Amino acid sequence: MFGQLAALGDVDFVVEEGQLHGLIGPNGSGKSTLLKCIAGAELPSAGRITFLGQDITEVTPAERARVGLSLKFQVTSVFPELSVYDNVLLALQAQDPLARLTFSRTRAARDERVRAILDDLRLGERAGVPASVLSHGQQQWLEIAMALAARPRLLLLDEPTGGMSLEERRATGEFLVTLRRSCAIVLVEHDLDFIREICDVLTVLDQGHVLESGTVEDIQRSRKVQEVYLTRV
Amino acid sequence: MAPATIVRALEAGLLVTFALLPLALADFWVIFVTRVLILALLALSFDLVWGFAGIMSFGQALFFGSAGYGVALLARDAEVRSIFVVLPAAVVIGLVLSSLVAAFLLLGRNPPSLTFVALGTLTGSYAADRLARGWYYLGGQNGIPSIPPMTAGPTEIGEGRSFYYLALVFLVAVYAACRFLVRSQLGLALAGIRINEARMAFFGYRVQWLKAIVFSVAGAIAGAAGGLYAFHEGFVWPNMLGVILSTQIVLYTLFGGAGTLIGAVVGVFAIEVVSFVLADAYPTVWPVILGVLLLVVILFRPSGLIGLVLDQRARAGAFRVAVRRPRHVPGKAADGAA
Repeated sequence: MFGQLAALGDVDFVVEEGQLHGLIGPNGSGKSTLLKCIAGAELPSAGRITFLGQDITEVTPAERARVGLSLKFQVTSVFPELSVYDNVLLALQAQDPLARLTFSRTRAARDERVRAILDDLRLGERAGVPASVLSHGQQQWLEIAMALAARPRLLLLDEPTGGMSLEERRATGEFLVTLRRSCAIVLVEHDLDFIREICDVLTVLDQGHVLESGTVEDIQRSRKVQEVYLTRV
Repeated sequence: MAPATIVRALEAGLLVTFALLPLALADFWVIFVTRVLILALLALSFDLVWGFAGIMSFGQALFFGSAGYGVALLARDAEVRSIFVVLPAAVVIGLVLSSLVAAFLLLGRNPPSLTFVALGTLTGSYAADRLARGWYYLGGQNGIPSIPPMTAGPTEIGEGRSFYYLALVFLVAVYAACRFLVRSQLGLALAGIRINEARMAFFGYRVQWLKAIVFSVAGAIAGAAGGLYAFHEGFVWPNMLGVILSTQIVLYTLFGGAGTLIGAVVGVFAIEVVSFVLADAYPTVWPVILGVLLLVVILFRPSGLIGLVLDQRARAGAFRVAVRRPRHVPGKAADGAA
């Protein structure tokens, strides 16, 4: 609830393991709010959120991250003064105990994983530069790299291709498909072609409610969805 | 010259200078510089909380003064003056008190704002000052005078060269420990917290706990400084707890350059020496001149004196600068696939 305005209501949303689940809907339909509720950035005034059988409705964002939830924000929130390498390392070491954080002076143990993630997202050559000098598309990749660093079980991506070129979108799509082996993904995107190409299941939100949910083909055939998109988008 | 080299050169230069100074200085100046070394320890504690963890504390004097009063009472009422008891006691007093303050200010259900913590620590410092002024057992306005010297076995450590080197050893040890801490992976986490605390929670960092731990460690350092100060001066008084000293420490650190450790030491040394010289040359108006000087530096060089040699990027990444050349991944660059 935002004052008297209910951003979401009666949302029944299930993500299966290994699923690439797209979340679409017109502007203001509650897509980002739903992601924020799942990640803990917003607390729902009613309802329940469960993850791997545990009720996490009241759990803090830090504890949700520790059980395997990871969020890539809509607005890029990289650490601009730190190097690209350190941005990923920061995410990777988040669950280390204090003693390990304090006394592990070497990066050797983490180095291979950080470089592998950076290479996967075509940032290997940029490891040493401050994150602030990356292009917008590269900052989006860095955000994805940071979200992936802790090996999440569920990755929440809010408009991961915003501001990217066509070629960058294609590469991002290919990369996300390869991730399905290791984690489930919930993806909010406005680019319907992009969503259609990579998602297994789509959920359409409208004015805070689930309008339709099903395979890409089901959604394409849905009269309710066509109506919403034809009349309001 | 690389930033890391500049910092190392400054550190080595200051260490050699401080180590040799007593050989060239008269007794008065040895006492003066000892005071500077102890205040530098207090400034380091503030730099750790503000410059690295982003916690604005206007209450470092609370831990400094409380430890000072604690060891003064030990010496006065229990006749305990052994360095092996009183200095650890000072550290423990600073640590316990700062942990309690951290639990109250930082570990609530919701993350506290910068202003809440700043005002909370300021209030703590003010309240302790007022309490000491009004409590007869603590000597009221006059504090506790005539604290006998610390002892190490049969030897008394009075003000002079022996106390100077004791303070220097403490400063070097604490500086080295802080340096280790901020350049460890914990230092990287603290940099992340300073830049974007909310984002760090979504990685899984228990941000408020990390901040509380750093705050408590800094309180222990302030406590050690307070214990040394009490025995060096031979008395404690309410100003040691109050907002004036708390604010002074903030200014020392900002003037030298927060978030660098070396800046805190440089700031204390610079302000104390300039104050002394100005007070000697212009006995009436020197505080005004000093005030204007501080304003000019803080307004036009927010990164402090150290900002003259280190840029913002070098400061932010001072804990560790990346990295080796990335490994080559066949096909990545060529086909553009992510």
